[in-house]
Amino acid sequence: MLPFNLLVLACLAYATLLFVVAFWAEKRAESGRLGWLRSPLIYTLSLSIYCTAWTFYGAVGYAVRSGLEFVTIYLGPSLVMIGWWWILRKLVRIGRTQRITSVADLISSRYGKSTTLGVLVTLLAVIGTTPYIALQLQSVALSFAVFGQNDPSGAVLPNLDRTAVWVAVGLAIFTALFGTRNLDANERHHGVVTAIALEAVVKFMALVAVGLFVVWGVADGVGDLMTRIDASPVTQHSIMGTRWITLTMLSGAALLTLPRMFQVIVVENSDESYLFTAGWAFPLYLFGMSLFVIPIAVIGLEVLPEGANPDMFVLTLPQHFDQRALSTLSFLGGFSSATSMVIVAAIALSTMVSNHIVMPIWLSSRRGGATVSGDVRRVVLYARRLSIFGVLALGYLYFHFSGGSEALASIGMISFTGVAQVLPAMLGGIFWRGATRVGAILGVVVGFIFWAYTMFLPSFGAAAGFTPMLMEQGPFGLALLRPQALFGVTGVDPVVHAVCWSLALNTVVFILGSLMSFPRPVERLQGAQFVNVFEHTGSTRGWSHSFAEAEDLLVMAQRILGPSEAQTLFQAEATAQGKQGYLPDTTPDFIERLERELAGSVGAATAHAMLGQIVGGVLVSVEDLMAVADETAQMMEYSSQLELKSEELARTARQLREANEKLTALSIQKDAFLSQISHELRTPMTSIRAFSEILREQGQKGEMEPESCQRFSSIIHDEAQRLTRLLDDLLDLSVLENGQVSLNWTRGNLHDVIERAVNASSDAVNGHGLTIRRNALSEHIAIETDTDRLAQVFINLIANTRKYCDAEAPRLKISARRIEGDRLQIDFIDNGSGIPKDKQNVIFEKFSRLTDQARAGGAGLGLAICREIMTNLGGTIAYLPGQGGAAFRLELPRVRARD
Amino acid sequence: MGQRVLLIEDEPNIIEAIRFILSRDGWVVETHADGATAVAAVSRKLPDVIILDVMLPNKSGFEILRELRAMEEHATRPVLMLTARGQKKDREMAEAAGVSHFMTKPFSNTEMLDVVRGLAGQRDG
Repeated sequence: MLPFNLLVLACLAYATLLFVVAFWAEKRAESGRLGWLRSPLIYTLSLSIYCTAWTFYGAVGYAVRSGLEFVTIYLGPSLVMIGWWWILRKLVRIGRTQRITSVADLISSRYGKSTTLGVLVTLLAVIGTTPYIALQLQSVALSFAVFGQNDPSGAVLPNLDRTAVWVAVGLAIFTALFGTRNLDANERHHGVVTAIALEAVVKFMALVAVGLFVVWGVADGVGDLMTRIDASPVTQHSIMGTRWITLTMLSGAALLTLPRMFQVIVVENSDESYLFTAGWAFPLYLFGMSLFVIPIAVIGLEVLPEGANPDMFVLTLPQHFDQRALSTLSFLGGFSSATSMVIVAAIALSTMVSNHIVMPIWLSSRRGGATVSGDVRRVVLYARRLSIFGVLALGYLYFHFSGGSEALASIGMISFTGVAQVLPAMLGGIFWRGATRVGAILGVVVGFIFWAYTMFLPSFGAAAGFTPMLMEQGPFGLALLRPQALFGVTGVDPVVHAVCWSLALNTVVFILGSLMSFPRPVERLQGAQFVNVFEHTGSTRGWSHSFAEAEDLLVMAQRILGPSEAQTLFQAEATAQGKQGYLPDTTPDFIERLERELAGSVGAATAHAMLGQIVGGVLVSVEDLMAVADETAQMMEYSSQLELKSEELARTARQLREANEKLTALSIQKDAFLSQISHELRTPMTSIRAFSEILREQGQKGEMEPESCQRFSSIIHDEAQRLTRLLDDLLDLSVLENGQVSLNWTRGNLHDVIERAVNASSDAVNGHGLTIRRNALSEHIAIETDTDRLAQVFINLIANTRKYCDAEAPRLKISARRIEGDRLQIDFIDNGSGIPKDKQNVIFEKFSRLTDQARAGGAGLGLAICREIMTNLGGTIAYLPGQGGAAFRLELPRVRARD
Repeated sequence: MGQRVLLIEDEPNIIEAIRFILSRDGWVVETHADGATAVAAVSRKLPDVIILDVMLPNKSGFEILRELRAMEEHATRPVLMLTARGQKKDREMAEAAGVSHFMTKPFSNTEMLDVVRGLAGQRDG
């Protein structure tokens, strides 16, 4: 028999070895030389934390009590690993792209970063895992006790409780040391993973060694063992179909939802392809772990004295045959199983507790205070360490007050069912875009309540008020509400009963709640990213992918920078990339630039987080969100209010200034205009008055020559007509400028309109042999416009040529064509000396006559009217420089624009 | 020989009207239509009275008047300014430039004639 002191020594040596291994792996990770430490093998071994002390010690006890049913515990995860690898792959991909840190983070993040869900899942996980941690502490304490009792010297009879305290403290220190070394962005803990991989090997070797010893050391080989098994009561248990199916499903679900399993499968995963190796290797590991359970149970029942605890057979069998080395190995195997589970569970739970409970409280408690980001980092680390000690303290307290439960397996089942309540929200979240936060919250709450009522609380017995009377008759005598026969369902196994009710109601409420509620924008965004994670993060980036991305980015940038600024930014980038339109390729350079631009508006962390959401490559971690919370708190305080105020003031001032400038300009324009009109009206009136006075005086005297009389009368007539024309033009212009003109849209042929204009202006005054050259063929274009107005423009232009073209033999060339965008282009080019460069920009202004009055015969309103008409017709008129003579180009839509 | 008037104006019909009115009264009427060369024309012709329009091509009547007044030989030469721009500030500008008389268009023939006669007499007297 191994002396107890030696055992303690071996135990301490083993713990030291774990520390050294973890430290060594952490050092190698820091220097980036992980090598084989980052491999599918280590990954698969780390998954073995599924096998806790419950499976190491408890499986044999389970077999003794219920026969082959223990197999379901191995069957469920194996089926998931082999058959549901695509779910695991999706979880791993989501975990990486969304930087998920825990189950609670996954659920909260999927449902729009819901704080409520984060807290709910965290509470569920803590409540579900605490008994399980207690279980591990208990099994380590028990295994110490087994050695202590059998110590022949009897010197040290260890106190169970004190052992548990020391184990808990040791584990807490180890976990705090290696679980919170840094706030690594991807939350991977290479030291811890390597240590638990080593433990996986130890517990596997231990169990197989005990098994081999039993088969060939105790029994007489395989044949002998088989006969003994056949005769044993272990195999006499009948198999219940529903229980089998339920338990298999439950342990399969546990693989996905247990916080510690999520930690090793998803969070610690550094390469998706490891899943393929783990897909066959992990089931093989489980097979190896289960292979010798029945032999050990059978032989243990045969050999060991009546009343020996079957949960300890793995340890007590080698001791019975005084196999010191083997029993030590077995002890270390159990120790490994317990410690690795507790370490990972503590890390997973502490992450949840600190991120979803401690940090939110801390952040809200110091609202308004300025915070530097380094501050937050340190707080997070302390929160994690505190949470680790808290979790282990809870486990110890549970162990202490529950007094140690006899059956390890039942605690395991309760725990599995509890955490499985997350399953509907989890699977729904990654496969169903319609799943909403409300549905998830309702589902988890309902599942939790039913689990607590039908399974968790009854396990405490009378201590929690679940007296035999309540179990038999229901609360207030309501038989329908009996915890283990809910709604009249009787005669069903309690575990099956609890699992079915809680999960079924959970799922139904989740689906109904989702269908009946409407997701918020963040939920939709997250939902799409989770469900379509493979489309968003595929390694081949298709055109449509980057296009959609650029568009998303533009939409977001517009919200932050304002539409025009964002569009300018994007268009500039697109132009720089040689692309047409607004959307550039989302190159890393561009995204970086965009992030800087956005950071100027919303702060760096927020910008990073927002871009990350859309780009999908770099994603938002808890740390990012903390920084966002910091920035937002500060910025909310100062800038938003201040900036709004000053912006408003600046806007008002600008508007006032603009209005003022406009008024001044208008006033000057009005004065000039009135002065011009006065002049234009008075000039013809001067002639009219002068000559009419002459005619009147001479007529009185009767000495007027008939020729002079005739001549003066015609001057009066001409000037009166000039006045009329001027008034007509002024009225016309006023109507056109105010946009009150009623256009008479008709269909016609451009050729006819030009023809009409040419004919109308040929008999105009001052016509001096102007030759008009046209290309009749190209003029035949069907048009829809106000043909009278268009003809008026043509007449004005032709009249201008007649008046101002200074060539010996004046020629006017009119050419028309259709151009892009279903528009017409008509050029009027003469062979005169044209319009001087410095005057070209004023010719369309009112009263801008360039030459002397004598030849003009108009008031200088012609081109101004032309411009107004063209504007009203949806077109333009412009002076076309460099054509030799005066040249005007008209452009207008061929048909009326429909709106 | 009758007294001479120089009419600086570019509107043909108005020129014809004024020429008729003054000729009938025995004046010798000479005309000039371009603003740029108006001052030179005055120096060449040395008229007894100048009738000056404001809106002339190339140079405004105000400028011409200012240039004339700056020259010794034209400093007191009678100038009747006729303008279609009848605003108060135009009259003020004309007076500041040293106009002898300011009339707005359209004008009364007899009034115009009276003014020309008066200006010529002033010079004589």
